[in-house]
Amino acid sequence: MTDFHQAARPPAPSKLSNALVFGWRAVLKFKHVPEQLFDLVMTPIMFTLLFTFVFGGALAGSPGEYLQYFVPGILVQTVMFNAVYSGMGLSTDLGKGLFDRFRSLPIWSLSPFAGLMVGDVLRHVIAGGIILTIGLLLGFRPAAGILGVLGSFALLIMVGFGMGWIFIVLGLLIRTPMTVMTIGFSALFPLVFASNIMVNPETMPGWLRAFVEVNPVSLTTTAMRGLMSGGVTAGELGRALIAPVALTLVLAPVTLRLYRRQ
Amino acid sequence: MSANGSHNLAIHARGLAKRFGDLRAVDGIDLDVPRGMIYAILGPNGAGKTTLMRMLATLAHPDAGTASVMGHDLASQPQRVRGEIAMTGQFASLDEDLTGRENLVMLARLWGFRGRGARERADHLLAAFELTDAAVKQVKDYSGGMRRRLDIAASLIVTPGVLFLDEPTTGLDPVARKSVWRMIRALAGSGVTVLLTTQYLDEADQLAARIAVIDHGRKIAEGTSRELKAATGSGFLHVALVDPTRLEEAATLLESKLGAAVQRSAEGATLAVIARTTRDANLALAALLDAGIELADFSMGSPSLDEVFFSLTGKGQA
Ligand SMILES: Nc1ncnc2c1ncn2[C@@H]1O[C@H](COP(=O)(O)OP(=O)(O)OP(=O)(O)O)[C@@H](O)[C@H]1O
Ligand SMILES: [Mg+2]
Repeated sequence: MTDFHQAARPPAPSKLSNALVFGWRAVLKFKHVPEQLFDLVMTPIMFTLLFTFVFGGALAGSPGEYLQYFVPGILVQTVMFNAVYSGMGLSTDLGKGLFDRFRSLPIWSLSPFAGLMVGDVLRHVIAGGIILTIGLLLGFRPAAGILGVLGSFALLIMVGFGMGWIFIVLGLLIRTPMTVMTIGFSALFPLVFASNIMVNPETMPGWLRAFVEVNPVSLTTTAMRGLMSGGVTAGELGRALIAPVALTLVLAPVTLRLYRRQ
Repeated sequence: MSANGSHNLAIHARGLAKRFGDLRAVDGIDLDVPRGMIYAILGPNGAGKTTLMRMLATLAHPDAGTASVMGHDLASQPQRVRGEIAMTGQFASLDEDLTGRENLVMLARLWGFRGRGARERADHLLAAFELTDAAVKQVKDYSGGMRRRLDIAASLIVTPGVLFLDEPTTGLDPVARKSVWRMIRALAGSGVTVLLTTQYLDEADQLAARIAVIDHGRKIAEGTSRELKAATGSGFLHVALVDPTRLEEAATLLESKLGAAVQRSAEGATLAVIARTTRDANLALAALLDAGIELADFSMGSPSLDEVFFSLTGKGQA
């Protein structure tokens, strides 16, 4: 065995530099595990094809019409389900003792989470980009053009960021990734299906409509449609941002507490 | 730096305790580890080894007690402590999806190495740990021995004052085990204090200058391996039977003659028991012969660390 000694220590890095390293790790994960994207986009692609061609005509007169309604919503759904995978990733990391190493380093203690967020944003943008491209190929035409699409992606990222906290907290609390997934999907299914993503709630019974109209998923979807078609109002945007802002304010401190505890 | 007191100690702990619900995982442990020493914590499954080490590595808060690591108080200066330590946990603390080199580069950057400096540090460590050929393989494709070496290399990005190694050789084959031992000795040779846990008595015996034996969260003995052996009793009588089916009968006889617990090993049909004097030993052997139990072999000697452990904990070790 040769020499491993390191006499001179480098100067202590900044918080930002720590966070960027974890962001870099998230990017490397994409390089090494590209199949994770497959998991992320397969379901939304199937949904898009199924709803557009099978139900689209019945729901909106023609598949082409329906696509205009459905694409903004399926993007919201994609981001919601993506967040579950990030919670699973965290739970896996914690189970393996990798975070013990991070926690025993003299680094900014929140930097690993900053890295997770970078990974999440990348996932949202890449998966969203793939779904949108397929939508465009099938005939989706956002009236607000490029700017509308960019605006809607900015909203998606904010919503994903808010959702991300839920799954970071779950990932910190639950050490079995499969349980995180089960809890995540069970909680998301009613939110996603009892929303205005797939159908206009007009034909739903009153009690369900009452829920659908305040469901944050619906509020986000409405704002997404507005951004893409150009008719968005400030009120719609504001309502879409309530949930992500509230989640961040409540769950960021919880995350810190859970992480420091033990 | 003062020459006396706890300043010369790498680790100085008093009354450390941690409970999980009703379970006292660590129940008031004192520890003094001099700088530059290899110090082993020996104990069976669930003794509290990992919990003790996690507290010293700032990963778990003690419920009671105080400790300082390289002169920094654990409770009030955890970030200072982190700057002086590195820990290789019981379960690989590596990113399985990344390559070995990427793992080290990531850690080097977290320590503050930049760009090329980080890559050079990673390559240097890969070479030192004979991992250059596997540098661009994902860690999930590494063998157990390679993984362990990388895990230790990952703890040496900057040379730590204290290196914590939690069961560094569990699950390794004899060759990989020897190579990890060699690295641990080389580290200690360069001045790093090594605190390691192990369930293997021979590992503690081979590597460590001092050993603490813990069981049920308490320290039940501490000293050099020689001191531990001496404390257990000078004489151990070992007998091997011709007929293994009479093992129990022989054990009962020895127990009644010598008044001490007998350790059995069924495979070799051998028994071991403390004998205070050679006269006691002779009488016990005579009793076996009177009962018609034939001996293949017998000897009187100082106890092995296994036997020390047994007499301290009342448990046999496999
Ligand atoms: N996070 C935890 N929650 C509850 N109990 C725990 C926790 N960690 C450890 N324990 C319990 O505390 C006791 C000591 O565990 P510890 O892991 O420190 O033992 P150990 O000596 O390292 O054992 P091993 O040789 O199996 O690694 C065990 O009974 C264990 O079940
Ligand atoms: Mg352990």
